[in-house]
Amino acid sequence: MSFIAPKSRRSIDQVGVLERAGRFTTRSIKSKSKVEGLKMALSMIDLTTLEGKDTPGKVRQLCYKARHLHDSYAGLPTVAAVCVYPSMVKTAKKSLGSSGVKVASVSTAFPSGQSAQNLKIEETKYAVGEGADEVDMVISRGALLSGDLNYVFDEIASVKAACGSSRLKVILETGELDNFDQVRLASDISMEAGADFIKTSTGKISPAANMPVTLIMLEAIRDYFLKTGKMIGMKPAGGIRTAKQSLHYLVMVKETLGEDWLSNEWFRFGASSLANDILMQLVKQEQGNYQSMNYFTID
Amino acid sequence: MSRLEVAKTYKLYIGGKFPRTESGRTYQLKGPKGENIANLCQASRKDFRESVIPARKAQASWASKTAYNRSQVLYRLAEMLEGRKAQFVDELKQSGFSLLEAKKEVEDSLECLVHYAGWADKYQQIFSSVNPVASSHFNFSVCEPSGVVVATAPLSNPLHGLCFLVSVCLAGGNSLIVLASEKTPHVAISFAEVVHTSDVPGGLVNILTGFEDELVEHFASHMDVNAVIYARNNSKVSQKMELASADNMKRYFNWSDLEGKIKYSPYFIRDLQEVKTTWHPIERISSSGSGY
Repeated sequence: MSFIAPKSRRSIDQVGVLERAGRFTTRSIKSKSKVEGLKMALSMIDLTTLEGKDTPGKVRQLCYKARHLHDSYAGLPTVAAVCVYPSMVKTAKKSLGSSGVKVASVSTAFPSGQSAQNLKIEETKYAVGEGADEVDMVISRGALLSGDLNYVFDEIASVKAACGSSRLKVILETGELDNFDQVRLASDISMEAGADFIKTSTGKISPAANMPVTLIMLEAIRDYFLKTGKMIGMKPAGGIRTAKQSLHYLVMVKETLGEDWLSNEWFRFGASSLANDILMQLVKQEQGNYQSMNYFTID
Repeated sequence: MSRLEVAKTYKLYIGGKFPRTESGRTYQLKGPKGENIANLCQASRKDFRESVIPARKAQASWASKTAYNRSQVLYRLAEMLEGRKAQFVDELKQSGFSLLEAKKEVEDSLECLVHYAGWADKYQQIFSSVNPVASSHFNFSVCEPSGVVVATAPLSNPLHGLCFLVSVCLAGGNSLIVLASEKTPHVAISFAEVVHTSDVPGGLVNILTGFEDELVEHFASHMDVNAVIYARNNSKVSQKMELASADNMKRYFNWSDLEGKIKYSPYFIRDLQEVKTTWHPIERISSSGSGY
């Protein structure tokens, strides 16, 4: 397997991307469509806890939150998935039961990816064996930046093989890539190598997800779809905290990829504090007054 | 003067910045003879919402500063105001204050700031207590700040009343969103410049200009506001505020008797505090003597 980079790649138009990304924030989405949009965003969230201090108790609590976002508000969806370290997959799987909420596990020496390839494959097999429905891997940014594209490609392909039927999300960690061209390149490599999803960031590095970078990745997905007819999912992660931001992202997805991508099958938010802000906005829409964090669960 | 005077654009003061109102609405401020003094921002519900966010953020770290430090920052406010007395006297005169009245208003404001700066590290000793209980506990009560406070400033003492609200809130570790006097809002926005340059963290004090009628209900219904103060004497509006705050059991204070007569008392600081009582187990009740 190898990745053949096109001889001449057209460089990303940076000014154009920034301008275009800025436009998505100017759409007016009010009342009913706002509520629908917010509920959709809720259903796309991957609730995440990726800390060294995670305990089974913390994970169980997060899983409870995933199923019961705000019980006093009728008709809320659950989030899409809970994202944890491989050692917590079993706990998460057990507490989510048959709720339909997926368990995603990070893998491949998350967040740095600095480990041997065979260990990364073993780790992925372990996570899948524990019951992970989805695997979030990180690419080897060092190899990518030093031009060893085939290494990156092969690694993704072999992790994909280790995933079996679990879906593979490939984290580019755009905060560590130097420019937009590399984001596009990394997206193309990942999709060619078999990624089911491409994801911006680990959430451990600043800057995390932002709209311009996500736009570039969405355009890569679009081009790949036009070329091969295969749909790839997108997951911006980190830095998306407010309900308003989530609506901006949904607008961007709709206007770049179309409505087919507007489901948690193809689009996710990697975020943990976003859920509460969306809940506050939904309750505000319902009751008419602005809400306080004090009346929502902490995790 | 051989050139046109450079007039100041009076904007709002939110989160340590001077933004225009989100609504784009303005109103003309008239002097006593009907002359135009300035265009003021007519703050909207959204402007208010935007100011609750930084107020909430700033409050926790303000409350965790030492009482002594809070006192110093309040005193610093007085220092900055002292240096700009002339500007405030001028602006008050524009609104119909005589020179003497204007000077007195500024002097009173300074005194108010210094007075409450002094209380910042003392009220806790007066209002906290050790409580006698009939079990093996050391029982004590301390004051903790209410949190985010929203107030309508008195109309007749545009600067003194504002300084009063700022100092009782800040001395007690609260953050404040205040609707400036509608008669002399430009003075309040100039005071925001004083706040801005005097070690008060951005977002701790937010100043809006606009009309109480359209805003008080939103002040009281916002769930992330802990206390509301009505310091004017329009009973119709105060009722509206009280009703809306009863809906969510928010603390509501009617300080309408401050209109025209600002008072000096640590009990104003006490109003904006919650009491936390701790039952600390001790080994034997008898060992600590009576009263414990």
